Amino acid sequence: MNYLASFIFAVILVAGIGFFVWNIKKLIRNIKLGKEVDANDNKAQRWKNMIRIALGQQKMVVRPVAGFLHIIVYLGFIIINIEVLEIIMDGLFGTHRLFSDFGTVYNVLIGSFEILALLVFVSVIIFWIRRNIKRIQRFIKPEMKGWPKQDGNMILYFEMILMGLFLIMNGADYQLQLMGAEHYVKAGAFPVSQFLEPILSGLSEGTLIIIERTAWWLHIIGILIFLNYLYYSKHLHILLAFPNTYFGKLNEKGQLDNLESVTKEVQLMLDPNADPFAAPQENEEEAAPEKFGASDVLDLNQIQLLNAYTCTECGRCTSECPANQTGKKLSPRKIMMDTRDRLEEVGKNIDANQGEFKDDGKQLLDNYITREEIWACTTCNACVEACPVSIDPLSIIIEMRRYLVMEQSAAPVELNNMMSNIENNGAPWPYNQMDRLNWKDEA
Amino acid sequence: MSETLKVPTMAEFLAEGKQPEILFWVGSAGSYDDRAKKITKAFVKILNRAQVDFAVLGSEESSTGDVAKRAGNEFLFQMQAMTNIEMLNAYEVKRIVTCDPHSFNCLKNEYPGLGGHYEVLHHTQFIKELIESGKLSIEGKNYEGKRITFHDPCYLGRANREYNAPREVLQTLNAKLIEMKRSKSRALCCGAGGAQMFKEPEKGDLDINIMRTEDALKVNPDIIATGCPYCNTMMTDGIKNKEKESEIAVMDVAELIASAQNL
Ligand code: SF4
Ligand code: SF4
Repeated sequence: MNYLASFIFAVILVAGIGFFVWNIKKLIRNIKLGKEVDANDNKAQRWKNMIRIALGQQKMVVRPVAGFLHIIVYLGFIIINIEVLEIIMDGLFGTHRLFSDFGTVYNVLIGSFEILALLVFVSVIIFWIRRNIKRIQRFIKPEMKGWPKQDGNMILYFEMILMGLFLIMNGADYQLQLMGAEHYVKAGAFPVSQFLEPILSGLSEGTLIIIERTAWWLHIIGILIFLNYLYYSKHLHILLAFPNTYFGKLNEKGQLDNLESVTKEVQLMLDPNADPFAAPQENEEEAAPEKFGASDVLDLNQIQLLNAYTCTECGRCTSECPANQTGKKLSPRKIMMDTRDRLEEVGKNIDANQGEFKDDGKQLLDNYITREEIWACTTCNACVEACPVSIDPLSIIIEMRRYLVMEQSAAPVELNNMMSNIENNGAPWPYNQMDRLNWKDEA
Repeated sequence: MSETLKVPTMAEFLAEGKQPEILFWVGSAGSYDDRAKKITKAFVKILNRAQVDFAVLGSEESSTGDVAKRAGNEFLFQMQAMTNIEMLNAYEVKRIVTCDPHSFNCLKNEYPGLGGHYEVLHHTQFIKELIESGKLSIEGKNYEGKRITFHDPCYLGRANREYNAPREVLQTLNAKLIEMKRSKSRALCCGAGGAQMFKEPEKGDLDINIMRTEDALKVNPDIIATGCPYCNTMMTDGIKNKEKESEIAVMDVAELIASAQNL
């Protein structure tokens, strides 16, 4: 009987972890569809950023209420999961509370897990109220309709259920310990679940064992389901926040990258010795001209795609965005969500076509992100500053502008005028360059 | 306004075989825009008063290409940048100061990758330096007790994390510095950046500069201080829109310092 339970447990565990690994491999494959970027510089600073921003939650506390609750849930969830280690070992070896030999330490651990579980439970309820009853602005923007809204709530339900099961399991265990039931060694402290006594104390030993075992199994199965839910959810950030903050931008926020492919061409154009009519060198002929900017996810770089998978859909970027606040369609969060959705679509396309992407007549630009959104951005960096996990929505907007301007010549008319002024007379307005110093003598 | 401004050019310095300590990058707005030209002149008055050894490029100056880059035209940006860098390097320029945070950001962060390595300062940083080194002392009492609120330009603040220099300079006026509810890293954009200055805004229910002006109005300022010619235009328009131009002035930090001195 015991062997059978251990066997079933092992099968569930391997299946749960196996499916998760399979999905993670797909995720890595999808991210690698993007262009390579060199992020080998300044490793010390990168580690520091990861520790400060992801582990230390530094950016979360900019908004004190949400930040504080988030730290509770985050810490609580991580620490309580130490208990999962014991649960897995118990499950595999058919033992019960394997670590109880640690005595006092064990009691303190279990006791603090219980308190944390309660705190997590309460925080999650407050989160739910903020989303569904208080309806805080950033959670009810247009891009949050449908699945994203459900996803946000699902995560909260998962956490409530898991914490609930953990406490019920402990509560029943504690009653069994008091009864002196076989297998139920006296171990652990139960500062929270002891208060379940009024509900549990009248029950027979058999019933209590059923409750304890059921809660135990549902708890671990729930955790495995939750693990596998991550890939389909914004909750992926609990893992990806770490690499993402590591790979986050190190330069000043104001600095945009200089396109190397453009540099080569401009150098050639400005070189007085270069013969513009010279036949291309033989080896140059082969290389297809590089596409400037991005019209689809494959034109973005791997960090930008990692950004998209990491986005928590918290909307801190959008709520600070001047364009969004004044009723424009642009929402930096939507830029990230669209990028992820399109990348998933491309990934599925590749899966369905034996590893080749087959043109589906769609792209990120126009089919997901409209030009109206792209042109509404003031490049103010408020979104980049606000993001708690170092995502850079602005870089994607700029890549799409580059595509529109350099590949499509599709800038708004006024901007085209501005640019031809710069080309002709070195200023965005139609003034003569020779008059640049006229201000000196004007009254 | 009676005294004449001394504005030597790099070409003049070169003709005399000399090298100025600092290049004043005037920028396109500072050269052509009527409102921004006043900021340029105020800054030159400060430079003259502090006897700074500086020069401008005059008709040799051309757009940094910043706004083209932000509009997505990397070609035009790099054309402008490389042409400018060639000239700046030929003049052996080491230090640049500018009143335009967009030029500041572009010259400081984006030119090095294309071969242009200079020490670049925003004019508020430079004025701060002048005050600290004793080259400039603020004696006038024109702004004593006045309520001044500083609007952080995105490209000085968030983009380059310089929040203090303009505030420290304003502090010398003995005015009452008041902060808007969102300031420094959380300051709201004026709405001009990212080439928005040169186009109509997308459809929405409010203009960004109006929202930012409302932020400022909430703290009842006598003066809204700016550090960017585009912010200045946007906030001035906002104040006009609210019909407050007779009560509230929108002034650049350089203008405040210059007029405190009755320059
Ligand atoms: S940079 Fe663009 S998208 Fe980001 S907050 Fe500013 S206007 Fe919005
Ligand atoms: S980009 Fe960052 S700030 Fe914006 S929704 Fe995603 S995680 Fe939140």
